[in-house]
Amino acid sequence: MNKSLIRLAFKKVKKEKRAALLTYIVAGDNTKKKSLEILNSISNNADICEIGFPHNTPIADGGQIQTSSYRALKNGIKINDVFQIVKKFKLIKKSKPVILMGYYNVIFQYGENKFIARCKKTGVNGIIVVDLPYPENKKFADKCKKKSIDFIQLISPTTSQSRVKKIIKDSHNMIYYISMLSTTGGKLKVSTNKILKNYNKIKKINKNKNFVIGFGITEKNISKLKSADGLVVGSAICNEITKSLYKKQNPVTNVSIMVKKLKHKIL
Amino acid sequence: MKIKKKIPLIDQHDKNGFWGGKFGGNYIPETLKKPIEDLEILFGKLRRDRKFIIDRDKYFKNWVGSPTRFIKLENLTKNLGGAQIWAKVVSDANGGAHKIYNATVHCLIAKKAGKKFIVGDTGAGYAGKMLSMAAKKFGLRCKIFMGAKDIKRQKPNCDAMKKNGAEIVPVYSGSQTLVDAVSECMRYWVSNCDTTHMCVGSTVGPNIFVKICGWSTAQISKELKLQLKEKFKKIPKKIKLINCVGGGSSAYGFWSEFIDYKKSQIELIGVEAGGPKKSKLHAAPLSKGASLGILHGAASYVCQTKEGQINETESISAGLDYPGVSPMHCFLKDSKRARYTFASDEEALSAYQLVTKYEKLNPSLEPCHAFAEAIKIAPRLSKNSIIIVNSCGDAKKDRDILKNRLKKT
Repeated sequence: MNKSLIRLAFKKVKKEKRAALLTYIVAGDNTKKKSLEILNSISNNADICEIGFPHNTPIADGGQIQTSSYRALKNGIKINDVFQIVKKFKLIKKSKPVILMGYYNVIFQYGENKFIARCKKTGVNGIIVVDLPYPENKKFADKCKKKSIDFIQLISPTTSQSRVKKIIKDSHNMIYYISMLSTTGGKLKVSTNKILKNYNKIKKINKNKNFVIGFGITEKNISKLKSADGLVVGSAICNEITKSLYKKQNPVTNVSIMVKKLKHKIL
Repeated sequence: MKIKKKIPLIDQHDKNGFWGGKFGGNYIPETLKKPIEDLEILFGKLRRDRKFIIDRDKYFKNWVGSPTRFIKLENLTKNLGGAQIWAKVVSDANGGAHKIYNATVHCLIAKKAGKKFIVGDTGAGYAGKMLSMAAKKFGLRCKIFMGAKDIKRQKPNCDAMKKNGAEIVPVYSGSQTLVDAVSECMRYWVSNCDTTHMCVGSTVGPNIFVKICGWSTAQISKELKLQLKEKFKKIPKKIKLINCVGGGSSAYGFWSEFIDYKKSQIELIGVEAGGPKKSKLHAAPLSKGASLGILHGAASYVCQTKEGQINETESISAGLDYPGVSPMHCFLKDSKRARYTFASDEEALSAYQLVTKYEKLNPSLEPCHAFAEAIKIAPRLSKNSIIIVNSCGDAKKDRDILKNRLKKT
C-alpha cells in the first residue's frame, strides 16, 4: 500500500480537477519564528509545502533564493532548527505534505542515514537534493523509500529521452520538471506552450506519476501552466519576503496574500 | 588508497568519477548532466585525435611559448646554503602564468564543440586574463566571473581582461572571492549551457573539468622532465618539487610526470595558503585538516562548518584563496604520495623579498608560498639535494598589494 501523503495530495487535487500548488520557502527566513508563521499561513492554500534547508554555496539557485538562504544563515539557522520548524508545523497540519529541499553537502555532513531517520521522525514526506542527480542518487533514493519518504527526481529540458525513461522508472510518486535552462527564479525565456509541450511528452511516459513544473513560475504565468499535475512557486515567494522586509511590512501577511492569489489563478 | 603506475592520475578515477573511491565525482544539477556528458565524450575523442594534439602543441609552442625556462637560482642557493634551488619559470608563458594552458585547451575544445561563447571564473585574475586572451585568439565571446574583492586587489589583470574584450562580471555574494566566482560561473552555465562553453579555472569542479585542466597543465612537467635530463644527464637522485596549491592546477601540472617515481627520489610538496598569522581563517584544507565535503560539484577536503556550510577563507594571494582543493590532491595526500603544508601571508611576503633580492625573478604571491617552504627547508638539506620551485605566476598583478604591504612592514 502506498500511503504517501504526497500521492494523496495529488489524488485530492485531481478529484477537484486542478493542479496542485507547491510553495517553497527557506527554513529560518527571516527568523525561525517567522518562517513557521509563514508556513502555517500559506499552507491554507498550498497543497504541498517545500522547505529549503539553506546552504551558502547554492550553485543552482538564482538571486531570490540565495538572498533568502543567506538571510536565514545569517540569523543563525542550523539544520536542527529546520527539523524543529517541520516538527512544529506538522503538529498543527499533520496531513499537509512537506518536502525538504537542499544541497547534498548538508546531508552528507549530517550523515545520510541519520538525516533520513530524522526526516522520518519529524514527518518529512519527500526530499529533493539539487546536486545529487540520477543515477548517483539511486542508493539515497532507495534509503528514502525504505522509510516511506519520497525521493523526488528532477528532469530538465537537457535530459535525454532515454535518460528520462530511466529516471521515471526509478522515481517515486512525484517528479520535478525544470521548466527551462536556468537557475531558480529566472525569467521565463521559453513560452509556456513550449514548456507544456515538453512536459506532456514526459508525462505521457507514465501517467500514474505526478509531474510538477518549477523554475520561473510567478503570478503572471502560472495560469497558463495549470494543466500540469502541479506547479512550484519558490523564488517569487522568497522575493516577496525580501520586499516585505525592505518595506518594513509583515512578510506573513504579504506572502499569504500572494499564495492565495496563486491558488486562485490555477483553479 | 593506492596510486596506480603508468596511468595518468587524471584517469585514475572510477566510473562515477571518484579518485580513491571518494574524491571528485559529479554533484551537479540535472540540467548540467547532458552538457557534461557531451563534454566528456568530446574530450575523450579529442585527446586521442592526433590532429588535435598537433594543434595544441603548435599553440603551446608558438603562442604560449613552450618550453618555459628551467634555471638555477645561484644567488639564493649560495645565500641559504644547503640544497640547490632551481625554478621552473612557468611565468615565462604568454600572459605570465600557467593558466594559459588550461585556457588554450578549453578554447580549442569550445571551437570543436561549435560554441561561440566561453565563460570562466577567476581569483587572482590569471585564469580570467588567459581565458580572455585565448578567447580573443580563437574568436570566442568571453565572460569572466570574478569576486568583487578580487577585482579590487588584482586590478592589473582586470585591465588586461577588458583590453582583450572580455566582460568581467563582478560577484558580490558571500566572501566576494574565488569561491563565489566559481558558484556564479556555474549558475551562468546552468542557464546558458546550450550556447556556452564553461572553463573551470583549476583542477576542481565536476570530474571532467579536473581532467581537462590537469591534462593541459601537465605540459609543465613534460617540459621539466626533458630539461632535467638535459641539465643532469638523467633524473637526479634527490629532488623536491615544491608548488603552491589553491585549486591545485599548477601543482598537478608540475608533478604529473613524476608521480610514478619513488617518494625517496622525487618528493612532492604542496604549499597552501595559511592566511595572515593572526587570523583564524586560511585557505589550507589539506594541511590544516579540513573534512571531506562537497563544493562546486566535487567531493574534496573543504574548509567548512560541521553543518556543511562553506567557510570564508583568507589569504593575501587571491589565487590560493579557495576553501576546496582538487580531488586529485586529496588522493595524492591520502595515498601519501605528496606532502602538504602551508605558508602564512607574512612568510610569503618575506619569501618575495628574499627571492627578488637575490634573483632576477618576480614571482607572484601564489608561488611565493612555495618559495617560503623552499627557503625554510633548503638550509637543512645537503648540496646534492635539488629543490625545484614552480614559479607559476608573475607578480605584476600584485603590484598594489606589494606596495602597500612592504611599505608597512
